[in-house]
Amino acid sequence: MRAVVTVTGKDSSGIIAKVSTFLSEKGANIEDISQTILGEYFAMIMIVDISAVNMKLSTLAKECSDLGKQIGMSIYLQHEDIFNAMHNV
Amino acid sequence: MFSKHDVLETIAMVEKEHLDIRTITMGISLLGCIRDTAKETAQKVYDLVCFKAEDIVKTASDLSGEYGIPIVNKRVSVTPVSLISAAFPQDAPLIGKALDEAASTLGIDFLGGYSALVHKSTAEYERMFIQTIPQVLSQTQRLCASVNVGSTKSGINMEAVRLMGEAFKEAAFLTKDQDGIGAAKLVTFCNAVEDNPFMAGAFHGVGEGDTVINVGVSGPGVVKHALEQIPDADLTEAAEMIKRTAFKITRAGQLVAKEAAKRLNAQFGIVDLSLAPTPAMGDSVAMILEELGVGCVGGHGTTAALAMLNDAVKKGGVMASSRVGGLSGAFIPVSEDIGMIRAAEKGEITLDKLEAMTCVCSVGLDMIAIPGDTPATTIAAMIADEAAIGMINNKTTAVRIIPAPGKGVGEQVSFGGLLGRAPIMPVHTTDSSRLIQRGGLIPAPIHSFKN
Repeated sequence: MRAVVTVTGKDSSGIIAKVSTFLSEKGANIEDISQTILGEYFAMIMIVDISAVNMKLSTLAKECSDLGKQIGMSIYLQHEDIFNAMHNV
Repeated sequence: MFSKHDVLETIAMVEKEHLDIRTITMGISLLGCIRDTAKETAQKVYDLVCFKAEDIVKTASDLSGEYGIPIVNKRVSVTPVSLISAAFPQDAPLIGKALDEAASTLGIDFLGGYSALVHKSTAEYERMFIQTIPQVLSQTQRLCASVNVGSTKSGINMEAVRLMGEAFKEAAFLTKDQDGIGAAKLVTFCNAVEDNPFMAGAFHGVGEGDTVINVGVSGPGVVKHALEQIPDADLTEAAEMIKRTAFKITRAGQLVAKEAAKRLNAQFGIVDLSLAPTPAMGDSVAMILEELGVGCVGGHGTTAALAMLNDAVKKGGVMASSRVGGLSGAFIPVSEDIGMIRAAEKGEITLDKLEAMTCVCSVGLDMIAIPGDTPATTIAAMIADEAAIGMINNKTTAVRIIPAPGKGVGEQVSFGGLLGRAPIMPVHTTDSSRLIQRGGLIPAPIHSFKN
């Protein structure tokens, strides 16, 4: 099962480190990562395999969102199916 | 595979444009609950609804977390109560109250189905049932009632129309301390559909399965935002943009509906494609029409813009979902749409224009506050007009109007939450009571004889 993690907000140092450490502690494996910086705006999208994560997806999503608040970013973790459904015919 | 742009677009839809799943509605058949007495039936109804929908709130919350899309309302619709209380119609309120208690136990906001289908004629048990509606609505919080008074195949039952005019008056009067909120939980239909997930008109038709999940999607803000990106586009291009946007919104609904049905051990019913506004800023159907170029909703051009919007939403939605149903059209409730409220306050939109708009969209005269001293026969005549539009045009139409007790034009009613607020609109004061008192059936139109 795969999920998409989206991190957006004002750029600062250590964002990738914090998010990827958090995900790795939860058992999520990062399969793909892409990142852009537009001026001061930071946007990162990761595809993660969450098959080995030992908690409910909705709980993991909530914890990601909480982590975002701690580090001053907006973080979403969503099941990949929502994007496949909305953006593929 | 989706692109980075797609991911960011979806998140922007939720964060900034109010994309949400408006409702997950579980339809539950109550036909197996009929017992010898009203008391036993009510107990069985309570137990069944609580059992079947036990996990609806939790499941919706899980799905919302997993997909990152808010699911605003969790609801239940049931078999029309007039059918299961036919042997003891005077005691139907016991079942209404049991349903209201079940809704409260489940933590859902509305439960629909205190309903009767009398589109051809009113049986004695149905007449008695309809007369219980105002009182039941005044004694319950979450229960919604609806009555189907006409259809393209059967014509319009004018006795039922008269009874409903009286029911709106009484439902408002009995809840006068709350601006007549009882009437806001009551809908009169022509061509009612059996799988509508939206309140207050949802009920679970007898042709439906045992337990079904129907989902209503929404996203007026998303459509408006998409149109803002192409301010100079012609209307063909605008329609295309609406179609594409409706496709995406509906796909989100379809995904949630299928997954919810699986987890709740229910059948996947339909996705309702209606664009449903809320009183929140940026979640308005009226503002889409204004984005298309109508100066203020209600002005000339409104009907054309609405017709185009409604059709484009359906075309995009039908492609996106394997099963489409319910009402599937743009909603134009006055009190629940900030753009409509403003237009009504400015006097730009009138009842007559709203009636014209219902010819090209679903659903009808919805959440409109009128003076409290409007006679029941005038309300009945408004219902008859709206039912005629539905009957002749082969479409669902509805009336949900609130004759605000003790209030007149220039004042407003306020219900809070999703039901919003509405300025009281003037109605024609001509007496139409003779038409209503004639009773009988307006015969089905010639084009209904298709066999």
